Amino acid sequence: MSRVAEVQVGMASCGIAAGAEPVFQFLAQNLAEEKVRVKPVGCLGMCFSEPLVAVVTEDGERFVYGPVDVKKAERILTEHVRGGTPVEDLLAKGDGFFTKQVRIVLENCGMIDPTSIDEYISRGGYEALQKVLREMTPAEVIEEITKSGLRGRGGAGFPTGTKWSFAAKEKDPIKFVVCNGDEGDPGAFMDRSVLEGDPHRVIEGMIIAGYAIGAREGIVYVRAEYPLAVRRVRQAIAAAEARGFLGNNILGSSFSFRITVKEGAGAFVCGEETALIASVEGKRGMPRRRPPYPAQHGLWGHPTVINNVETLANVPWIIRHGWEAFARYGTEKSKGTKVFALAGKVRHSGLVEIPMGLTLGELVLEVGGGIPKEKAFKAVQIGGPSGGCLPASLAHVPVDYESLKEHGAIMGSGGLIVMDEDTCMVEVARFFLDFTQKESCGKCTFCRVGTKRMLEILSGIVEGKGRPEDLDVLMDLGQKVKTYSLCGLGQTAPNPVLTTLRYFRDEYEAHVREKRCPARVCRALLTYHIEPELCRGCKLCTKACPVGAIEQGPGKFQVIREEKCIRCGRCREVCPFGAISVR
Amino acid sequence: MSEKTSGLQERARLKEFCKHPKNESSVIPLLQLVQEREGYIPAQAVRAIAQYTGVREAQVYGVATFYAQFRFQPRGKHIIRLCQGTACHVQGADSILDHLKEKLAVEEGGTTEDGLFTLEVVRCLGCCSLAPVMMIDDSTYGRLTRRAVDKILAEYRKEEK
Repeated sequence: MSRVAEVQVGMASCGIAAGAEPVFQFLAQNLAEEKVRVKPVGCLGMCFSEPLVAVVTEDGERFVYGPVDVKKAERILTEHVRGGTPVEDLLAKGDGFFTKQVRIVLENCGMIDPTSIDEYISRGGYEALQKVLREMTPAEVIEEITKSGLRGRGGAGFPTGTKWSFAAKEKDPIKFVVCNGDEGDPGAFMDRSVLEGDPHRVIEGMIIAGYAIGAREGIVYVRAEYPLAVRRVRQAIAAAEARGFLGNNILGSSFSFRITVKEGAGAFVCGEETALIASVEGKRGMPRRRPPYPAQHGLWGHPTVINNVETLANVPWIIRHGWEAFARYGTEKSKGTKVFALAGKVRHSGLVEIPMGLTLGELVLEVGGGIPKEKAFKAVQIGGPSGGCLPASLAHVPVDYESLKEHGAIMGSGGLIVMDEDTCMVEVARFFLDFTQKESCGKCTFCRVGTKRMLEILSGIVEGKGRPEDLDVLMDLGQKVKTYSLCGLGQTAPNPVLTTLRYFRDEYEAHVREKRCPARVCRALLTYHIEPELCRGCKLCTKACPVGAIEQGPGKFQVIREEKCIRCGRCREVCPFGAISVR
Repeated sequence: MSEKTSGLQERARLKEFCKHPKNESSVIPLLQLVQEREGYIPAQAVRAIAQYTGVREAQVYGVATFYAQFRFQPRGKHIIRLCQGTACHVQGADSILDHLKEKLAVEEGGTTEDGLFTLEVVRCLGCCSLAPVMMIDDSTYGRLTRRAVDKILAEYRKEEK
């Protein structure tokens, strides 16, 4: 057994929220006098068993423990770090979680201290930049990226090399590179994890993009809701400046580049590139017509390349390993890997990176470890609120841009929410539409008014006021909103409704015709009932009921007064005998 | 507020404004700055930003109302931001919201009578694997249940006393 060299604690936002801070303090204090280094790292990906602690030996063997609290940290300290024997029963359980993953974007995430530029450099960081500046012309860089087949990871999947070549052709001496970190999708945290866990990778990608298109200025646009990510990026920029990777005459070349940070102010539509530009310029974040594309006429009228965080994070890897290595992964038209934020009703919720072309089933059931509590896998919402709900019967569909589009969903930026039998698809569709409806900037009539009308219809259906003709109206209106909206928000907003109508029409029918919610979610359609033979008359439910709807029945048992009940479900939560049923 | 203190504030504000270029692109950073200092955007700050950047007051106001981040009413001492993102929604954030409303006796966006808490709903805090999640100021709390919420609120109240 070789000696322990290093102890890592996952300290991304979610790790800290799960309680990583006291664990880190404990380990750091106790190991202060010893040769073992304790360091904070970014997201390890296994969010399902946070807080995570990784013990690394001198041979580079890695043991990941989780969930760890101070008490468990004490055992890891005495038994493993000092005693040399791994604590088997505390190791994080994630069978199959890493088996099918390929880590390109996340290669350093959760391995290095994100505040240390030296650690990034020790793992090959800024090598790509040196190679580009010393050996390659801008045209060669663009060719390399084009050949690799890298496509925009923000959702639309536009080929990155082509985008760069458009901007490179422009004669304007002022050009910009913008990193789009306005990750607004509810249920997505890929960009946050990369910015928090490996910020230098994104900075390096931006500098290379700047060199390729001839820009001297870069802007990182990050959501203000991600305070840690903002801080890490600022630190990384300062560290890169101090080493001469940013600033005038980078590494002795004639190329100069600077990066500033702009914080978003909370508008989902600003993820759309023309709206993002308006926001950086200080205006309301409303999209405008394209063409002209930002690559020709962008920020303040100058050619601007806007790339997603994940897209840029791929760039240094491609330059270092060559386009062939990258293109080995993936399918014919979708190369490389995609990072997904797995969440919802899935065992291994967390951050995963898979080669394109893996099937949805492999992603959910193998990497994701399947559905907890022995429930049935029902559907996945892929691509956030702009994406679609695909049913479990489409588990064979490969994850690539074209296949997902064919089935009514989109790749999106990588949010993936798993749903089980307890999820009502009508209600989920209403939820997503409620989101996009509120985030509509109001410029296009169909997006502004059409989504509102659709939402009213859906709200009616979940409240038990649905009419049979509603379903056709929803389909028709959905198609029109898609057709007559200017930007990606409106063009995709109806997707969750249209896909659930396509794959779960029977659920809609049950709501509308039978006034019944098969998943027992829609409150207005439920009735609570106490089973006399199971009730022991303990009156816990009576005490829990906020409206006094539960009374003493004719026998020993309690009864619920239907007309008073607000269907909050609290009685069901407190009943120790499982005597309360929902219909 | 007396004339004198507001005059002082005005001068302090201008000093901080000077770090930003005097043009339209500074509107959002300045709004963020004011909100960070004062907790909300007072009417006179809109005027000050308009003067400094040379943008019309109506336009500054237009920008401020477009983005979800900005508020025009003073807020409580602690800001509770309950996540209603997809993962949280699927994991029952609705019942946590109801519970918070009941416990604090406020609606979404409201401030408690004692001025201690403001309850806000946000779309995603990006900690989906800990759903349901809320943030109080800069601290994140995950895997919420009604009971956990009670405990957390009680801690903040205790600190106050």
